[in-house]
Amino acid sequence: MLSSDGRRVIAAWIALSVIATPLVAIFFDRVIPPGNGSVQASEQVVDNSVMMAILTPVICLLIVVFVYVCVTHRAPKGAPLTDGPPLRNDPTVQVYWIAITSITVLFLAGFGSYRLLQNGSGGGQGPSPIAVPKGPKLQVQVIAQQWQFTYRYPSYGGVETPQLMLPSDTLIELHVTSLDAIHSFWAYELGVKADANPGVDNIAFVKTKGPLAIHVRCAELCGLWHGYMYDIGHVIPQTQFASWIKSQQRDFAPVAKYLPKYSTTYYPDPQRRAG
Amino acid sequence: MTLARRLVGFNLLTACVLGVGGWYVGWFAAHLVAGPSLDYFGDIDFNELSIVMAYLCGVLGFLLGLGFFNYPFARLRGYPPSLREKETGGISRYFGLCTDHKVVGIQYLVGIGLFFFIGGLNAMLIRTELLRPNHQVWPAGTYLTIVGIHGTMMMGMMTSGILGPFGNYLIPILIGARRMAFPRIEALTFWLLMAAGVILETTIFFGGFPTGWTGYQPLGTQSNPGIDCYYLFFALVGISMTLLGLNMIATIVTMRAPGLTWTRLPIFAWGVLSTAVLMVLAAPVLIATLGMALLDRTAQTNFFISAQGGSAYLYENLFWIFGHPEVYVLALPGFAIVLEILPVFARKPLWGYRLAVAGLLGVTLLSFFVWQHHLFFSGINADLRPFYMLSTELISIPTGFTFLCGIMTLWRGQIRYSVPMLFCLAWFFNFFIGGLSGVFLSDVPSDTTTHGSFFSMAHFHYTIMGGLVFTFFAGIYYWVPKMTGFQLNERLGKIHFWSMFILFNATFAPLFAAGFLDQPRRVVTYPNNLLFINRWVSICAFLLGISMLVFLYNFVKSLVFDRVPAPADPWGSKSIEWQLPSPVPVHNFDRIPVFTGDPYGYGENSGPVAIPAGAPAGMN
Repeated sequence: MLSSDGRRVIAAWIALSVIATPLVAIFFDRVIPPGNGSVQASEQVVDNSVMMAILTPVICLLIVVFVYVCVTHRAPKGAPLTDGPPLRNDPTVQVYWIAITSITVLFLAGFGSYRLLQNGSGGGQGPSPIAVPKGPKLQVQVIAQQWQFTYRYPSYGGVETPQLMLPSDTLIELHVTSLDAIHSFWAYELGVKADANPGVDNIAFVKTKGPLAIHVRCAELCGLWHGYMYDIGHVIPQTQFASWIKSQQRDFAPVAKYLPKYSTTYYPDPQRRAG
Repeated sequence: MTLARRLVGFNLLTACVLGVGGWYVGWFAAHLVAGPSLDYFGDIDFNELSIVMAYLCGVLGFLLGLGFFNYPFARLRGYPPSLREKETGGISRYFGLCTDHKVVGIQYLVGIGLFFFIGGLNAMLIRTELLRPNHQVWPAGTYLTIVGIHGTMMMGMMTSGILGPFGNYLIPILIGARRMAFPRIEALTFWLLMAAGVILETTIFFGGFPTGWTGYQPLGTQSNPGIDCYYLFFALVGISMTLLGLNMIATIVTMRAPGLTWTRLPIFAWGVLSTAVLMVLAAPVLIATLGMALLDRTAQTNFFISAQGGSAYLYENLFWIFGHPEVYVLALPGFAIVLEILPVFARKPLWGYRLAVAGLLGVTLLSFFVWQHHLFFSGINADLRPFYMLSTELISIPTGFTFLCGIMTLWRGQIRYSVPMLFCLAWFFNFFIGGLSGVFLSDVPSDTTTHGSFFSMAHFHYTIMGGLVFTFFAGIYYWVPKMTGFQLNERLGKIHFWSMFILFNATFAPLFAAGFLDQPRRVVTYPNNLLFINRWVSICAFLLGISMLVFLYNFVKSLVFDRVPAPADPWGSKSIEWQLPSPVPVHNFDRIPVFTGDPYGYGENSGPVAIPAGAPAGMN
């Protein structure tokens, strides 16, 4: 049976967990990024809260055990060396520990996989995505280069803009690619991250919500001005987007014929290298 | 006369002279082969090949000067085998090729410590830049080079941070042997590492490199020639790691004294063994990868250039096939040191010995199957992400074994809070936070925000600095009295511990928030709303640097000026190294001991762990 030490620790652990876990479950999603900017972002917030709520009892256990052990089991100051009881093993404790950690871990992995396979969670999925949300999609190509992003709208005659503009409440299909080094397209408020590789069409899905300003950053070291590779995009109401893209098409028409043909991938110019 | 003779022989001075000489030989020889480059950095009279050849010949000259080729040539000419290098006496042993594992251990301690401080200094320079969001203290290229040197130096040098000093010094003693299995290779690993460290620093003469410690292609291909120094550094570190690992495995497997069965082996030796397995299996991948990258730059191959049929993914995959086991090369020795030291200061046997070993081996095995979690959003193998999510999270099970064994060892113990113990307890706190944040990084939906941000940077500083560096210091405070024969000042040690622990957390905990608030890694600038966090972190980082100076002061003061002799067993440990005099005599044991139990018999009224018997001294 449990010793009195063991009973005290377990009682304190249960008490602390019962208090802390609901608090985390309720309040954690208010502080945790990436916020409520898109369907994927909101889902990530939920995922983060669920994980944190599951991990809270684990955190409580370690806090309780360490505080209890370090305070009550300390050797008296100045006393001669005395040994503790020679406890070498306890199969019950081991079995419980392994079972609990395994179940927790397997649940976390299963939960994460389930959430991921629903709609890709805003992550880049490569050229042939497996988690494809249903419904009509607006294609937007994100072309990264040192050190800026360009956005191309193939369904609007290949208009290119230096700023990301997205219509609200729309499912967006982002095709991320690069012209030179590896970049990573990170639209923070949308909960989107996809690496931009030269020669690769990296597809990510995101369903926008209401109007919003988006901080777009490069999240993979891409050379000298990596730190300055950011811009601010916007999610705007659908009617406003329609008129915006029309004006872009008009402004862009004289330039469009000189652009390279639309392609899902681009390759860098061969480097001239010394030998 | 004697001074002249000392300066002329095979020693560090000769090695430096021949190293520099070899550098120039390689430089000009490569010019004869390839000719100076005409159009690439055309105003400078060099080409890529000359840089690579210069450094390779420089390293060969350095090793020649140290005397590494004397023995093979002597054997070829028919001389009998010997370990003559071990016998040379005095302080000069520490400045050259020495095959005494205890000398190599101390060489490692000082050498690694030196480069650790250089890497730390680079961190201070990084934080100086980040004091202000838009003001550039360093030019952008210099800043990236500093970031790269900091990361590469720490990740490269500290792979041997515990196996180098403590592994080399202690493993033969712990297993009751008089030397390592391959003493010359042992010395070679150290001097290769030192040559590598110097090579990395010289990158500043070739324009630095902008890639960070990962060296991703195609950025590496388009980089300054400075990246050649990075490739050569890491390749040499890889060679050093492989040899070190092989040596450790061979020693532990074949040279254990009678009675030292696998279940009596100290847990530290198990940690070293599992780390060595990781090194031997992972580091060759790195050597090959960097060799390919060097060929891309010097010999016009196209392994990693997608425009010409190569693949940047290939580099990413190969790098992380090495890279992820490598971070466990950094973490595992920490687990082992914690479990080795806890029983001594809790006065209890190590709880769940077999479970602890299973934990170490489990981490070793699993760490080879998780590398693509670094590439979750790269667009390669997106279908495999659930698998890598699972394998990554599975690692927390064997890691949890270490936690359980640690907790249960402390349970109902008689805990003494000496400095090594404080560092071990801090490991639990730091590594727990590191592990928790790791769960968020391993979960793909959550990783969408945290990947590549300061969150992941804070995560691996918690696991590596909070895990490895804290246990590195635990090892120093615990074993340096044995290694040098002098005590370290306990009071200064406590000041060092508490300042380091508090400031470490004050520095890195806010970086989780910075990452959550969309600050990507390795940026030279950041938005104004992150000003407070970054400035706070910078100031704490400077104070953390000062806390390291407290350690340095303590180390120099205690070992050079105070010189209070350490008793043979200051901690009351039952392990065998504490039953030898401090410092340990040249041949370790007069007679090879016979082991009668594991070193954790606290409270069991068992006799000494080993009794001297067997072969007399001087056999090897």
